[in-house]
Amino acid sequence: MSGVLMRATNVTAVYAADSGKDVPAVDNVTLEVPDGQILGLAGESGCGKSTLGNALAMIANPPLYVVAGKMEIGEETIDLSTLAKGANEVHRGYRGATVSLLPQGAMNAVSPTLRIRNLVVDVMRAHKRDTTKEEALDRATDRLKMLEMPTRVLDQYAHQLSGGMKQRMVTVVSTLLNPQLLIADEPTSALDVSSQKALIEMLLAMVEKKIMRGVIFITHDLPVLSMVTDRLAIMYAGKIVENGPTEELVNNARHPYTSALLSSVLDPTEETRTKHVLGIPGSPPNLGNPPSGCRFHPRCKFAMDECSATEPSFLYERDHAVACWWANKHAFETVPMEVNQA
Amino acid sequence: MSEQLDTTPTTGPVLSAVNVTKQFRVAGGHITAVDDVSVDFHAGKVLAVVGESGSGKSTLARMLLRLMPVTSGQIMYQGKDVTHIKGGELRKYWTDVQAVFQDPFSSFNQFFSVGHTLRRGMGRQHLSEENLDQLIETCLGYVGLKPADAVHKYPHQLSGGQRQRVMIARALMMNPKVLLADEATSMLDASLRVSALNVLQDLRDNLGLTVLFITHDIGQACYLADEVVVMEHGLIVERGTTDAVIFDPKNDYTKRLLADVPDLKGSLKVRKDG
Repeated sequence: MSGVLMRATNVTAVYAADSGKDVPAVDNVTLEVPDGQILGLAGESGCGKSTLGNALAMIANPPLYVVAGKMEIGEETIDLSTLAKGANEVHRGYRGATVSLLPQGAMNAVSPTLRIRNLVVDVMRAHKRDTTKEEALDRATDRLKMLEMPTRVLDQYAHQLSGGMKQRMVTVVSTLLNPQLLIADEPTSALDVSSQKALIEMLLAMVEKKIMRGVIFITHDLPVLSMVTDRLAIMYAGKIVENGPTEELVNNARHPYTSALLSSVLDPTEETRTKHVLGIPGSPPNLGNPPSGCRFHPRCKFAMDECSATEPSFLYERDHAVACWWANKHAFETVPMEVNQA
Repeated sequence: MSEQLDTTPTTGPVLSAVNVTKQFRVAGGHITAVDDVSVDFHAGKVLAVVGESGSGKSTLARMLLRLMPVTSGQIMYQGKDVTHIKGGELRKYWTDVQAVFQDPFSSFNQFFSVGHTLRRGMGRQHLSEENLDQLIETCLGYVGLKPADAVHKYPHQLSGGQRQRVMIARALMMNPKVLLADEATSMLDASLRVSALNVLQDLRDNLGLTVLFITHDIGQACYLADEVVVMEHGLIVERGTTDAVIFDPKNDYTKRLLADVPDLKGSLKVRKDG
């Protein structure tokens, strides 16, 4: 495991449906976070990226069940499955301390009637019952100073903070226990561009100062990911379809889905002014009954016969992995962007 | 800031705000959310209002929609003062000026099917069943949906992009002159967002619809808008054609806003240097 902070193997998470048929939202996913790096997880709404985040953070609650998968992190190997009796108790010690999750909209879940200092004490005590108030606040004060944030926020109520400050504050609180891995689910989506930038800079500083050793950053906002991540994993319909270094992936997308996502990005440039993006035709598949073969084939402009027949396995080109039949036949070729535009 | 755009066509603007101010009373004083703003919306154009959270862009939209009273100033529609109209006149105004809001999840009644939602809005128009079905088909067609795929469905059975498109179709059924989209695409994924923007673009090009597009995302404004207005703390700090504002900004705030936008390939370079 040298150079790798976390390796999750064969993670499968299902939502139990009334019909008795399980809906696999994450289907046999294997993922690595290199030590000291930020991994981006991108894809359309409903592709399973948040579910994967929840499975890795060990907070799956019914109707979500993790049916298989293990995670190697640091020296430990954790069975992620929630099916075994008492699995919840086993996982308890890891949450927040080994893997910390910053859920979507966390900043809106802060109690309006308590000062931030109470939140800090609560979080620390939830893991170490005998933490004194002073210890908890000292830790938080140090952390805020380290990140050049004002310490006055500790004495304020949530409504007194701006959206950007609230989000940075919950990010700091969620990492007070020095987790090895932070999973941040859409942390920037509700913020305007200036607050987004401040949060991203803070996250980069946190990784640099080794507050945590790795981050999984979940969002559908590719420009933000290109700014913050070292590697990118693209998810479609419960599966990872492409995984590689961010720069490589942005410039040389090997999967038609990645390419379509990238061309949907509207940067304020002259190119955007004149181009007409087609978007991705059709809609994401029903995960209860996914298409055969490659799950993207009904919406893919490069679909061939084998695409609907057999599921492509990963093709590794240096450290860039892609699961696509087109990529298999066109080694090291970038998907032509023109197909996504009119 | 009261100077007008000098792009006035012969017909004049469809909708305009003239020296509109909105103050909210708070303990110990006032907050001026919109400060003496004048802006014109020209027929068949897309005008984007860009600004950060709290810049007053949504407050301006609510006043234009007559959902919120102005503190001072006038709202002019087709050359007529509509700032204080009431009753039937106001209802007529609300048919002509339609809105689509940010959250496609909360703007539906979850117990109503799409067909019911669409029909309900037309309750006052006294159309025959046949004409109504025809209208629903046409309007869903504008946004790329087929009645057979949509009308029987409930909101939870639609994706976010589909819901937002149904909302646009609902607005179109009123045959509006102006469509006001307040962050209508910000909750959508990039790929769905592009489709929604394409819908607005087509409506402008094919139906001559006037669109007021409120967003915090300069990239979207760049893709769609003909003109851009930049707001900061209730004031209009810059306005002009999209090309002028985005590629040659004069105001410091606009420049800062543009610098903070993470762009796909530019940010990569920044990161490497840093």
